[in-house]
Amino acid sequence: MTRRSTAIDVQEITKRFDDIVAVDRVSFDVRCGEIFGFLGPNGAGKTTTVRMLTGIIRPDAGSIHVMGYDMARDPVSAKQQMGVVPETANAYLDLTARQNMLLAADLYDVPRARAEERIREILSELGLLDRQDHRVHGYSKGMHQRLILGMALLHEPPILFLDEPTSGLDVQSTHLIIAMLQRLNEEGTTIFLTTHNMDEANRLCHRVGIIRRGRIAAIDTPEQLKRTVDRIAMILVAFDRSVDTEALAALPGVAEVSRANDRYRVSVEDIDTAIGSVVSFAHAQGMRILSLDTPAPSLDEVFLTITGGDE
Amino acid sequence: MRSSGIAGQLRRAVVVAKKNILIYYIKGPVIIFGLLIPLFLFLAFMIGNRFASLPFLISGLLAMTLFFTATAVSPVIFPWEAQARTLERLAAAPISIPALVFGDILASFVFGAGITLVPIGIALALGMSVSHPFALALGILIGAVCFSALGTLLSVPPTSSPPNIMMLSSLIKFPLIFISGIFIPIETLPAWGRTIASLSPLTYFADIARYSLGEATTFPIIVDIAALALFAIVFLVASMKLHERTLPGRI
Repeated sequence: MTRRSTAIDVQEITKRFDDIVAVDRVSFDVRCGEIFGFLGPNGAGKTTTVRMLTGIIRPDAGSIHVMGYDMARDPVSAKQQMGVVPETANAYLDLTARQNMLLAADLYDVPRARAEERIREILSELGLLDRQDHRVHGYSKGMHQRLILGMALLHEPPILFLDEPTSGLDVQSTHLIIAMLQRLNEEGTTIFLTTHNMDEANRLCHRVGIIRRGRIAAIDTPEQLKRTVDRIAMILVAFDRSVDTEALAALPGVAEVSRANDRYRVSVEDIDTAIGSVVSFAHAQGMRILSLDTPAPSLDEVFLTITGGDE
Repeated sequence: MRSSGIAGQLRRAVVVAKKNILIYYIKGPVIIFGLLIPLFLFLAFMIGNRFASLPFLISGLLAMTLFFTATAVSPVIFPWEAQARTLERLAAAPISIPALVFGDILASFVFGAGITLVPIGIALALGMSVSHPFALALGILIGAVCFSALGTLLSVPPTSSPPNIMMLSSLIKFPLIFISGIFIPIETLPAWGRTIASLSPLTYFADIARYSLGEATTFPIIVDIAALALFAIVFLVASMKLHERTLPGRI
């Protein structure tokens, strides 16, 4: 028996809303067992893409396969393969956590005995077991979000879709959710994560896809993506006294200079030339260099570069 | 696969129906819309029209109770769920839109059919007898499906604002009461009135109720049952098909 290597296969999907093309011939795949981050500025087509992948709306063109099931031809089987955590917490407020979990179990055809076992396990791990018989109406946002995650996990799906799972949550809930996602992934669950949190994407994701104006702008590992913007390398330098930023900006290899507290942020065109000229400049002025760093671009910078600051 | 088959979808429709009954139906406003409004309309009409027979009045109460209860909640479930953002979860679950709509209709059916026991109980308490219990039971079952499907059909416009749907729903429901032979026997209406009455499913249910309580009817009973069943099928199919088209626009 061969092991499936592709969890989600997206080919040329397009979605229009009247005259606006929200998603334009987008193609990518998500491999089994990876955490795939899906990033993009507001209005770039992220939510529309995720709604098409989760079968909530239909694409106008293109195809989506989830664990081999065609979303157009067999949406029910495709949806059975996934757990979905939408951005807004949306459990039924008039029901208790346990009733919400049982509802999810019934919708995903989990046998009652197994459902009872899973509910205990999951609510215990999410720190909600002692509140399971309380109506969700009284829950905090963090508790809500943990419950939604629990509902999505109940049927042990091979794929988990999460839209901004930690947005606006307290530190405790964020840590709990992140730890749970890491554990699930280690156990083989494929995770499709939509987030605005670059640090979260950098730490969690094996690969990241960036969507801009309805089209995929880049897909790669976070490290590879950072290398693609190497040309906008930067030097952070501190001297033993103040210097004129215009004089620094005029040095060979330097593109732009700004001051950040006691350090100068020097964007460079050519890192070797720029370091040489900054060091020569300091010596010529009789100054001492207190520190000189060449930080790699962060995923934030990659995102801003690729999206052109659309957000 | 198990989940894709008809049995799997029916099972999920029952899950949705149970959820709806738990969240939306066992609430005060449903009792008010389903029982108190028909009861007050009935009392107002009874006081204002001393010449109508008791079976005629009770059959009208029975028709209004079923009609108002079955259409009380079903029109607003979709907009409520869209507003509360619980619809997105349901749309992502392995349940088809027709099964989801069927679940809403099922909950409304159970509640609507169940609540008719109240006017029947009133009739029995007033010393009346049900001359044709089988026809009455069949009429209630088909009528409950028909009005529940009508209620769900009213929620087709893709809005997430329950008041908008409530307004549309009232605009259609209240005129139907007045043209369906509930308060005025259809035989006494002019020709144009009788034509309009024949276009209302409530006319046929009110006629079945009158037949069951031993009163004179406008149409033969078989015509009443066939017409009500036809309306039920049309509403059921239209509701499922149209929601399939408009549901994505709500989310």
